[in-house]
Amino acid sequence: MSDTPVKDYIQNEIDQNEVTLFMKGSPVFPQCGFSAAVVQILGHLNVKFKGIDVLQDGDLRQGIKEFSQWPTVPQLYVKGEFVGGCDIIREMFEAGELQTYLEQKEVATA
Amino acid sequence: MTVADTISEKLTAEFAPEVLEVIDESHLHKGHVGARPEGETHFRVVMTSATFDGCNRVDRQRKVYKALAAELAGPVHALALSLSAPGGG
Repeated sequence: MSDTPVKDYIQNEIDQNEVTLFMKGSPVFPQCGFSAAVVQILGHLNVKFKGIDVLQDGDLRQGIKEFSQWPTVPQLYVKGEFVGGCDIIREMFEAGELQTYLEQKEVATA
Repeated sequence: MTVADTISEKLTAEFAPEVLEVIDESHLHKGHVGARPEGETHFRVVMTSATFDGCNRVDRQRKVYKALAAELAGPVHALALSLSAPGGG
């Protein structure tokens, strides 16, 4: 079976949403500490984002790793661009770089 | 050889690091998804290597993920990375 439908789905999501977080669990109920940490940072910055639970779909869980060439979840996309996983988001946030990055990308923060 | 030893060995060979710490944090994740009772599932790597000079964060992590692909596909459930080049950056 082709994995194209999964890649199309991912591409569509990151095109449609300004900020997309591929994660384990939902933003309200994360199933993994690393996903929870990123949700918390985005929440702290009042960033509106779409959380997509990769645990709901085995093809997606594998597909996102291949799509991003990144073997772990969570993964954050901003306006179609891969930003990183938990370590990177946390480092950028602590250095104040994430805030700058989001401003440069003109991401709305409430 | 433990998983931690394998990680150290591969990273040393690939990156000739100035600083390398491989920390087993499995005990912090006991009972979580992906944690095995025998441990050695969750690691943190702190590494400083000249090979990271001029690479952005994503590229650095991709290099490490590539070097440890077999471990990530196998026993390692989570790998937290703190990577830097000598002299900061």
